[in-house]
Amino acid sequence: MSGTENQMTGAEIVLQALRDNGVEHIFGYPGGAVLPIYDEIHQQEDIQHILVRHEQGAGHMAEGYARSTGKVGVMLVTSGPGATNAVTPLQDALMDSIPLVCISGQVPTSLIGSDAFQECDTIGITRPCTKHNWLVRDVNDLARIIHEAFRIAQSGRPGPVVVDIPKDVQFATGTYTPPSAVPAQTSYQPKTQGDLKKIEEAVELMKTARRPIIYSGGGVVNSGPQASHLLRELVELTDFPITSTLMGLGAYPASGKNWLGMLGMHGTYEANMAMHDCDVMVCIGARFDDRITGRLNAFSPNSKKIHIDIDPSSINKNVRVDVPILGDVGSVLEDMVRLWRAAKKADDKTRLADWWEGIVKWRARNSLAYAANDDVIMPQYAIQRLYELSKGRDTYITTEVGQHQMWAAQFFGFEQPNRWMTSGGLGTMGYGFPAAIGVQVAHPDALVVDIAGDASIQMCIQEMSCAVQYGLPVKIFILNNQYMGMVRQWQQLLHGNRLSHSYTEAMPDFVKLAEAYGGVGIRCDKPGELDAAIRQMIDTPAPVIFDCRVANLANCFPMIPSGKAHNEMLLPDEATDEAVANAIDAKGRQLV
Amino acid sequence: MSAHLQPTGSAYFIAKETEVAETHTLSVLVDNEPGVLARVIGLFSGRGYNIESLTVSETEHEAHLSRITIVTRGTPHVLDQIKNQLERLVPVHRVVDLTVRAGTLGHDRPVERELALVKVHGSGDHRVEALRLADAFRASVIDANIDHFVFEITGKPSKIEQFIAIMKPLGLIEVCRTGIAAMNRGPQGM
Repeated sequence: MSGTENQMTGAEIVLQALRDNGVEHIFGYPGGAVLPIYDEIHQQEDIQHILVRHEQGAGHMAEGYARSTGKVGVMLVTSGPGATNAVTPLQDALMDSIPLVCISGQVPTSLIGSDAFQECDTIGITRPCTKHNWLVRDVNDLARIIHEAFRIAQSGRPGPVVVDIPKDVQFATGTYTPPSAVPAQTSYQPKTQGDLKKIEEAVELMKTARRPIIYSGGGVVNSGPQASHLLRELVELTDFPITSTLMGLGAYPASGKNWLGMLGMHGTYEANMAMHDCDVMVCIGARFDDRITGRLNAFSPNSKKIHIDIDPSSINKNVRVDVPILGDVGSVLEDMVRLWRAAKKADDKTRLADWWEGIVKWRARNSLAYAANDDVIMPQYAIQRLYELSKGRDTYITTEVGQHQMWAAQFFGFEQPNRWMTSGGLGTMGYGFPAAIGVQVAHPDALVVDIAGDASIQMCIQEMSCAVQYGLPVKIFILNNQYMGMVRQWQQLLHGNRLSHSYTEAMPDFVKLAEAYGGVGIRCDKPGELDAAIRQMIDTPAPVIFDCRVANLANCFPMIPSGKAHNEMLLPDEATDEAVANAIDAKGRQLV
Repeated sequence: MSAHLQPTGSAYFIAKETEVAETHTLSVLVDNEPGVLARVIGLFSGRGYNIESLTVSETEHEAHLSRITIVTRGTPHVLDQIKNQLERLVPVHRVVDLTVRAGTLGHDRPVERELALVKVHGSGDHRVEALRLADAFRASVIDANIDHFVFEITGKPSKIEQFIAIMKPLGLIEVCRTGIAAMNRGPQGM
């Protein structure tokens, strides 16, 4: 690879490498150490740059973009504070397995280590919050490293990567290597094909199960649309009930007849009871997170567990499994469906009849019930109305973190994968709004709603300016209860109802705030006016902040209090003030 | 999991560990590139694993491969996690738990050797005694004048421990140890 036609400056190489990796949009913020790259961006039209207002916003936008398209999200930041501001979205993407390439500028090679202006050890700081990272010291390595970065970000268990490029390397001239000329690193060869013997073993277990359950997760969504398709086929063939983690919502449709709703700390009664009582659990692309398992030694005590995961370190990490299957969910499900079809099925329907009968009884417990109110908007009701009124539209939902996030997961029905963007692992307040902007960039004609809380939204509210600049008609639907609701709920449970700093005494006027940014503000505090207001929001072709004033003290149920098992849930009708205060005994409280 | 769990009244479930910790020796083959050791060490500190000994050097110059030998202590479950987490690092080619491998090969443990330099203040009776003991331990003198020795000793860590302990009353000044180099017995590589 030599000759003058492949000679470029480092900055040109960056743009060419992005183009060759299929990038159409990047989210970024300029600064001294990335000016050569910004100069190149200015002189081309293939890649659109979205100017954010804070580098954290760039990261979450890239995450929303990636999660809603299945493509790699790309962010561009300068050295020092640009890179440190990127740390939160990088860790967020690491925990939720989102493919992200972050290109950061660095001070010139000769100044590295001299405490230069806007210098930080980006590689050192981002090493634990990325899948891999590189400092590019030679312009001739730049193209190869960017191609490797894209490969690593999106293959195996996806995740974020950082390519740190000193300013002198951006100016220097070197050889461009196209992606096809870069061999894959021998040390990184993720295994996608599952071991057929293990899959056979799993199918054998599933065939004889009397109380089976499928527990699916974000891995199904990450594996691509084909995996969701196969999951639906497997449920159809087996007639197993299915539940999902927060990250996996939409892989199986909420309207499907085998759907139990989400499981875990704020999951449905039927999903958690079925997990507790099952005899065979098929975990597909989920990782037995602590929000899912509850008390580990009481987690599904009598089941044989099958675990499909592409990451060997996820297997047997929190929960010991009986049949581990290492591989890509899509590939393993394909084998599993084929083997199930080939196997002779005997008395399937009657085998599961008792199990389904029990599930119907649990469902009848109606664990998501809440007391309706004609005077104040109940937060659950607001989500239900938003769901009903957005039906039939091309809708994408993002959330911030807290009670509103759980209500959205409980009450908004997702029919398709990639329609639900939320910060699950890291729990990043401030994620939802920029993520929604990223989604809207990828899907300009879709209805994109960030279901937010009044506290979370203020963490990245500055991106209103970005949404207005690019004419992105993102909707922010704030369930405004003046509290950090989830913090308050825990204070009620654990800290004697002493609400330390979880009440926001000075709240901005969200309507005026929207208008100040050049968007549209809507306020609603009466249940009777909610539908009309939501319709107005949906029909507004501009960024909207919807200040939905909801019942201030509503709490999120059902709930598995900490230290309890799946079958010891606190249900909404039992959640009196006294029950909440006593849900965790005094001995437990002392151990905090 | 055999861990016994208690309600903690916090947002987390904290397990009391009931498994017994074991000491294992791991061999890790990595690309010798900048920052690779920091990745390995960062993984250990970030996830709360122990490092009792660490040795690293490039072993295949053409392929730029380094071999890291880590002695670590943890429950079988944690040791399994350490191996899986190490394998997840991009520049890591292979991870072998030499202790487990030794077991499957029918050996007690892998071959483990360490080198130490031991400086001893030696005069009078102590001088003779130190020399005599060094000879018994097959330690060689690599530097000396009339009131000190520097011994070089190679062997199992236990032998080195013992030698140092014996030298202490004879006027031990300082010790430098390389950490453990290890491999399995038998004709196969890692």
